[in-house]
Amino acid sequence: MKIAVCVKHVPCGRVRMQPDTLRLERGGPGELNEFDKHAVEEAIRCAERDGAEVVAISIGAPDADESLRTALALGAERAVHVCDPQAAGSDLVATAKLLAAVLEQEAPDLVLFGQQSSDGGGAVLWAAVAERLRWPFACQASELTVTDGTVTVRRETEYGHDVIDAPLPAIVAVSDAINEPRYTSLKGRMAAKKKPLAVLTVGDLGLDAADVGAAGSRTVVLAVAPPASRGTTVTVDDEAGAAEAIVAFLAERELV
Amino acid sequence: MRALVFLEHHAGGLAAGSLGLLAKAATLDPEVAAVIVGGAPLDGLAADAGKHGATTVYLAEDDTYDPPLPQPRVDVVEQIVRDHGFDTVLFSNSVLAADVAAALAVRLDAGVNWDLVDVEVRGGDLIGRRPAQEDSVVLEVGWTSEPRVALFRPGSFEPSATGGEARTERVEVALQPHSRAAVVRERVLRTEEGPSIEDADVVVAGGIGLGSAEAFALAEDLAAAVDGAVGATRAAVYKGWYPHTAQIGQTGKTVSPRLYFALGISGAVQHKVGMQSSKVIVAINKDPNAPIFEFSDLAVVGDVHAIVPRLTELLRARQGSERKGSA
Repeated sequence: MKIAVCVKHVPCGRVRMQPDTLRLERGGPGELNEFDKHAVEEAIRCAERDGAEVVAISIGAPDADESLRTALALGAERAVHVCDPQAAGSDLVATAKLLAAVLEQEAPDLVLFGQQSSDGGGAVLWAAVAERLRWPFACQASELTVTDGTVTVRRETEYGHDVIDAPLPAIVAVSDAINEPRYTSLKGRMAAKKKPLAVLTVGDLGLDAADVGAAGSRTVVLAVAPPASRGTTVTVDDEAGAAEAIVAFLAERELV
Repeated sequence: MRALVFLEHHAGGLAAGSLGLLAKAATLDPEVAAVIVGGAPLDGLAADAGKHGATTVYLAEDDTYDPPLPQPRVDVVEQIVRDHGFDTVLFSNSVLAADVAAALAVRLDAGVNWDLVDVEVRGGDLIGRRPAQEDSVVLEVGWTSEPRVALFRPGSFEPSATGGEARTERVEVALQPHSRAAVVRERVLRTEEGPSIEDADVVVAGGIGLGSAEAFALAEDLAAAVDGAVGATRAAVYKGWYPHTAQIGQTGKTVSPRLYFALGISGAVQHKVGMQSSKVIVAINKDPNAPIFEFSDLAVVGDVHAIVPRLTELLRARQGSERKGSA
């Protein structure tokens, strides 16, 4: 079995928008997206349990290789880095094209995603990628098993949970409740330096510049505005009369 | 603009977020088309959609659609968009709706903007508003082609009971082979009473300041008194005081109810992101310098253990007398 894990290199700490380009600032220090660590962990656990090759895939600027090295240090065997200035500024649809192209080349049995990215990227990329490949998919997986060519997922929903079976190849986005990711070890980090990390361009994937980046995107950020003001805060600091004060406040606004 | 609203339903009722979208769609175009996909019967849901502003409801009614899987829904919505020339499809975010929206965007080669809190037509263009950078700014986002897919935070719009009646039209769709590949083998519904966090008009959330798992009973009692749902901060969930499914924040759910009670919650950015678009925020915290007070409408400095039981009692009495009054 071959498992691909799609990971993102995200800025450490607070993200900032560049006022001129309206893109996220990517110059500062970055790290492997926290949510993707759960996907890497689950891939490694599957590999340890069932035997599988784990390939980490990322699209991003040159420094995204740091996050791929982290995935390798955690236990992935190989990494693929789509690194091409033409791909910068890709929206969800364009990013899905790139990832689907990599996955077509790699032909994994199972593809794992994290549930979201900490830098404000959409939490729905897996669905777009799966639809491009015309594969089944499931998200919010809090449990995952692979048996006889079928992945079985427990999907957490607003109302409870579903148990979903999907034939491989399939895509699963894991919830951060699925596992507790391990930390990299010194041995793992040393080994990661020697593991293969392939760098691909848009052309290597059989795509044109027009398919990706701003040209291949269908959405655009037009402006950055301050958030709507909440108005003034009313303060109550009399604990004894607080409950009555809250009820009066709510009644005035017709909330009770 | 010709918009189609995707209506999500559960246990025989339309989701509050979906009803709110109908109200918003009516402000963009008096003709409001909607689609309901599910197992039979859907007529009651269609009538309810009419009462909330839909003028046309497309019904894809088949037991195949009973399991809440995204891909068959993509097939249905795609066909309706193509057959009737809709230029915009609106979704209220949920585990299911987000998957349908993103896959539909690929099917239609459409752009998808997500996590929107509002949308308007300006100079003929549709402009969405999306909070970003931990909600410290709002991005204005657009689409460069049609059709457009828009995914909104639930609770962004208030439902409006217009009392109208919708024309219904049944649609039959041949599903794509890959859309039938995944199957739901088992469905387990939570049995607890009251609305889900996403649908609730009132959310009562507890944090570390509650002090223990047992103290979450304070939040549950208050929620029961106002027909609300209980949420929790990541810190409280990590301590094992409340289930992960109730987690609100960057790593949990994003909610925007009419009223949000923050009990013993400091207001860390991680939590703020998930709740600050609530319409009215009432925070109770011992620490007068808690960051939550910076974005609360009512800041109550004091001990939750002292204040909340009395508050619950007062609200219960109020609801009780209202019920008597209307009987």
